[in-house]
Amino acid sequence: MSDSTANGLVLAADGTPLKRSLSRAMRRQKMRAFMLVAPLLIFVLLTFIYPIGVMLSRSVQNDIVPETLPETVRVLGAWDASSGELPDEAVYAAFTRDMSVAIAAKKHTRLGSRLNYEKTGFSSMFRQSGRKMKKLDPVADAPFKDKLIKIHKGWGDVETWKTLQTYSGLYTSGYFLNAVDARMTPEGMAWQPEDKQILLKLFGRTLVMSLIITGSCILLGYPIAWLLANVSPRNANLLLILVLLPFWTSLLVRTSAWKVMLQQNGVINEVLVWIGLVPDGDRLILINNEFGTIVAMTHILLPFMILPMYSVMQTIPPVYLRAAKSMGATNWTAFWRVYFPQSIPGIGAGSILVFILSIGYYITPEIVGGTKGVFISNRIAYHISSSLNWGLAAALGTILLIVVLALYWAYDRIVGIDNVKLG
Amino acid sequence: MTLTKLLTATTALTLVAGVAAAEEMTIVSWGGAYTASQKGAYHDPYSANTGVTIINDDSSAEAVAKLRAMSEAGNVTWDVVDVVAADAIRLCDEGLALEIDADTMLADAPDGTKASEDFGDLLVSDCFIPQIVYSTTFGYRTDLVGDTAPTTVCAVFDTEAYPGKRSLEKRPINNMEWALLCDGVAKGAVYDVLATEEGQQQALDKLATIKDDVIWWSAGADTPQLLADGEVVMGSTYNGRLFAAIEEQKQPIGMLWDAQVFDLDGWIIPAGLSDERKARALDYIMFATDTQRLADQAQYISYGPARKSSAPLVGKHKTLGIDMAPHMPTDPNNAKNTFLYNYEFWADYRDDIDAKFQAWLAK
Repeated sequence: MSDSTANGLVLAADGTPLKRSLSRAMRRQKMRAFMLVAPLLIFVLLTFIYPIGVMLSRSVQNDIVPETLPETVRVLGAWDASSGELPDEAVYAAFTRDMSVAIAAKKHTRLGSRLNYEKTGFSSMFRQSGRKMKKLDPVADAPFKDKLIKIHKGWGDVETWKTLQTYSGLYTSGYFLNAVDARMTPEGMAWQPEDKQILLKLFGRTLVMSLIITGSCILLGYPIAWLLANVSPRNANLLLILVLLPFWTSLLVRTSAWKVMLQQNGVINEVLVWIGLVPDGDRLILINNEFGTIVAMTHILLPFMILPMYSVMQTIPPVYLRAAKSMGATNWTAFWRVYFPQSIPGIGAGSILVFILSIGYYITPEIVGGTKGVFISNRIAYHISSSLNWGLAAALGTILLIVVLALYWAYDRIVGIDNVKLG
Repeated sequence: MTLTKLLTATTALTLVAGVAAAEEMTIVSWGGAYTASQKGAYHDPYSANTGVTIINDDSSAEAVAKLRAMSEAGNVTWDVVDVVAADAIRLCDEGLALEIDADTMLADAPDGTKASEDFGDLLVSDCFIPQIVYSTTFGYRTDLVGDTAPTTVCAVFDTEAYPGKRSLEKRPINNMEWALLCDGVAKGAVYDVLATEEGQQQALDKLATIKDDVIWWSAGADTPQLLADGEVVMGSTYNGRLFAAIEEQKQPIGMLWDAQVFDLDGWIIPAGLSDERKARALDYIMFATDTQRLADQAQYISYGPARKSSAPLVGKHKTLGIDMAPHMPTDPNNAKNTFLYNYEFWADYRDDIDAKFQAWLAK
């Protein structure tokens, strides 16, 4: 203890306190470790987290309206929508000025498609008005109110201006409301008319069907995994190849193969008719419904269930079962009380994998799902690639992400995520 | 020193590579037989004339979304894109496609007629260069419809005379029009009726009468396959797909041209290309949409050329050797009762009616 100072601090060889010296050394080590991880971290941040964040943030962005019509939005803020009367000339004049800038920059049609998501008819109204308003001079041709209403009668409709006022903010909750079958109106939130409500139903269906698929994967996968773990290594290898073979086949090929199997003139129906189980005129409908989706997806996702189960079961020593039996347990008791509890981590890992994969599945439900077997992801795909309503697609995606995270959290609380093993 | 040398060398290499790559262009289309027909009629002769290498990208189905993403990322890698007219209108609306002046940027007809007149009404958007007229129409199994083959589109709704499944596209467009036509709405009034809530309900109610007998398709290849397998007695799809099933694969399928819906497919050039790439894309378009080239495409696939002046030049199929004119949707015998896709209407109502249609489907 010769290096101790008078006030009791332990000093390092260079005279600095040992604590500080140690922490400096640790910091250097941590930095080095961080530097090693940094390339991957930056890669993931830039190519995964950032783009997803940007995409999800579209679910609340609405800057296209205030940016394209800045002056109109400001003047329209003072208009009392509940009066039932059209806004006054100042709004029309501001709108004409904003539009002449937007038309020159060819941005007005884009705004039209954006607002068409909220009120049908805006798309053509902006396109047609744009063509005619090009000829208007935003100063000399005043007043504009009657001229605009003559150009398109939509500008003489109070509802048009109400919609514009409702969606004039930089941010909107409209997409999220749309994602749960509601909408934003000048009077506040309201449910969509009943004949347009579909998304909540699809969310529910996606969850229920994913649970059924996960359940059937457990039922079918457990015996196979048990077999894999308990036959001789040579046979296990062969079986493993059989499990992996479909895994290596293209997803589309496998899905289409199910079509050939399940359709009304398909293999299964032909065989059933041939052996006389099913009358020819009354063939079973096995595809283009929930059943087809469940069968095809269970088959496709089965390897994701079998592999984690198998790797966990491999670690369960067979002597435990023998010990249980030697102490008088029946086969069932030995399995249920000794073997099964040890295999639960594998079931947990497989279930999480299968459930999360199936909740976002798109291509298989699209091909074999018909009308009753489609998932929420099919709607997301529609809004991304067909309707171009990326805000709504982002809102749906965000909700799906939150649902998955919530379920994961619940799973962690109930089963405990530490109990999940991939091997 | 070495680092500087290395940098210089790489820069030089990149420049050389850049120059070499300049003689390439990426053309986006639908893939399959359609891209093959374009390759035979346009790409190969153009490459032979100019030495430009053409790279095919089969992304037309997602072209609008991808082009929007590319444009937002500031890196448009496509030079010419093949899209249906409705998508061209949306791309134009979004400012993602170049505006085209038909008379200066497209070739005149051989007799000197201006391009704008030769294409006529088919120039449905400022950005769109029409290429073909195709139609969505019905095919039926000749051996499953009994003694009287269907002659009107309303046979689709007649499950007593023609029992069995039928396939329809899983979207409201076309189906709603056919439903109203067969529910007694006059052809000229269809869109006025469809613009009202009651009209939309009327169309869905009519479709509901056959809902249990319908297999809904989402890919153009589905109906020919379902017909070939005997899964459906009749179904809608693109006329070129039915031509391939009937003439090339010799399936027992007949064409039902009644109330076929005409639609257009053609080119757009993405906005924001560099001057050099834009010039090359325009050069290609000038070549590929002239009268002879459009007629040539019909040697490979049964879609009608979009120019009036091309129609008389349509010849025989390149490999089958059959006359192509009677297989064109625009042939007078086939075009006795036709419908033209209403772009303006569907641009407005597409999302609204689609939501109702999907909710109705899920019921």
